Amino acid sequence: MADLQSQNYIRRSASTLTPPSVRDHEQEVAKLIDVSRCIGCKACQAACMEWNNLRDEIGHFEGSYDNPADLSPSTWTLMRFAEWENDKGDLEWLIRKDGCMHCEDPGCLKACPAPGAIVQYANGIVDFISENCIGCGYCVKGCPFDIPRISQVDHKSYKCTLCSDRVAVGLEPACVKACPTGAIMFGTKADMKTWAEERVVDLKSRGFSNAGLYDPSGVGGTHVMYVLHHADKPSIYAGLPDNPRISILVDLWKGIVKPLALAGIAFTAVTAFFHWIVAGPNEVQPEDEANAQRLLRKTDDSR
Amino acid sequence: MTQPKGTLTRNTTAARINHWITGGCFILLLFSGLAMFHPMLFFLAELFGGGQWTRAIHPWIGTVLMLSYAGLIVQFWRDNLLNRDDINWMKAIDSVLANKEEGVPEVARFNAGQKFVFWSMAFLVPVMFITGLVIWDVYFSAYTTIEQQRIAVLIHSLAAIAAIIVWIIHVYAAIWVRGSMRAMTQGYVTPGWAWRHHRKWLRRLAATGSTGPRPRADRGPAPR
Ligand code: HEM
Ligand code: SF4
Repeated sequence: MADLQSQNYIRRSASTLTPPSVRDHEQEVAKLIDVSRCIGCKACQAACMEWNNLRDEIGHFEGSYDNPADLSPSTWTLMRFAEWENDKGDLEWLIRKDGCMHCEDPGCLKACPAPGAIVQYANGIVDFISENCIGCGYCVKGCPFDIPRISQVDHKSYKCTLCSDRVAVGLEPACVKACPTGAIMFGTKADMKTWAEERVVDLKSRGFSNAGLYDPSGVGGTHVMYVLHHADKPSIYAGLPDNPRISILVDLWKGIVKPLALAGIAFTAVTAFFHWIVAGPNEVQPEDEANAQRLLRKTDDSR
Repeated sequence: MTQPKGTLTRNTTAARINHWITGGCFILLLFSGLAMFHPMLFFLAELFGGGQWTRAIHPWIGTVLMLSYAGLIVQFWRDNLLNRDDINWMKAIDSVLANKEEGVPEVARFNAGQKFVFWSMAFLVPVMFITGLVIWDVYFSAYTTIEQQRIAVLIHSLAAIAAIIVWIIHVYAAIWVRGSMRAMTQGYVTPGWAWRHHRKWLRRLAATGSTGPRPRADRGPAPR
């Protein structure tokens, strides 16, 4: 992908210079997943496999409708099924399409040590540039949503690209195209928010008083958003984080520790150098040798 | 190794080999680790054949360092046990730093500064090794939670920074105190070197008729 000569980066991992960004007259995009309209048919999962030429290994039945059981280097999106008992004692079947959220402030990119292995385009999409990926797994630690997966075969990290290749030429992501109920929408982030508002009003009128949009501010908002009937309890949707944010541990590790470390190392080295300039080498003097010889003779005699 | 007559063995051949395996590993870990630590230093990855190789080889070198440092611990721990001499020596650190060693309290085989390096590394190397295993993604990522890995990676980088600082002090001391580099390359020092820097060690060697590195246990007054 790096060959495409992207000039619309707004972020580039492990880079201290401004990345090429002149072609930024672009609107931010978003995918809106309306959980209330999803029927769990997995057409989106199949479309993702189809477009991206991914075929996961056949797994085992794990006691739920989740199939495969988890995201993997070759499963970039996955329907997660949760059974939840509501206040009235009724069972609700909650189905959530899991995958990369394309955070506005991506933890994976922040944690990545390889220059240009993770980038964010002006349209907001977070993409892994695999030829630069070193397979360290730091993105896994940076991500608040447990999304990236490292391949044991080629030691590269993989996740949903939001079909950056399709979006770049004006197409919607494959999953959006495949969804038979219109539960997955794609457009500018502003349009998607407006559309979500309408959906929330509709859901509220049908008794879901806590319906709302999931666009978590802890990561600066996301470019994949959910309409939830119970937006007050995201975690009931198969563990969607209630308040996702980049872990404070990652913030420290990638923030204050770096300059402090370099300063500490430089300070020690410079201090050592100036000690040398001030005190100079500590050399053995002739009288040291003489004293030592005297001692050795004395002990020899006394034995 | 030809050792001139009348000199004292400071470090045995086994100890020297062991030491330089450790030192070599440390330099390789320093370069491969710093490449992943800061973007400005990522160019160091080229020394190892690129980022993928750097990532793959760093933990293996760390494993060798752990084994090798364990060897140093076995060979040096006795002479690094802390005692009252260390407090007295530390009180006179100003004179030591000014190269005025007359009147500085006598120390045995290692002074408090050397002991500080020894014990710091004895703590930091295992810490880096254990946290390193937790973040060794290829083999061990399945055994810990992501939160545990976040803690491990933070501790690993803090311990590495501390170790690098200790290492700079160590290397500088070796350059500063003339004659000690030869102690770790050719293995011997002159009696005058021992008189100047480790007089108690010299006295014990002399009292037991040993030429180093340790006093003879079967002769003369036993070391305190
Ligand atoms: C590569 C650069 C290094 C240089 C130039 C160097 C130099 C030296 C020298 C000259 C000595 C002898 C001091 C004496 O006999 O009084 C020594 C001892 C020693 N070194 Fe190094 N060293 C290096 C790296 C390391 C590393 C990376 C470690 C540990 C991780 C280490 C651990 C030790 C230990 C344990 C001793 C024994 C003395 C003691 O216990 O204080 N060295 N080194
Ligand atoms: S969800 Fe995870 S992998 Fe996706 S952009 Fe956010 S931090 Fe990166």
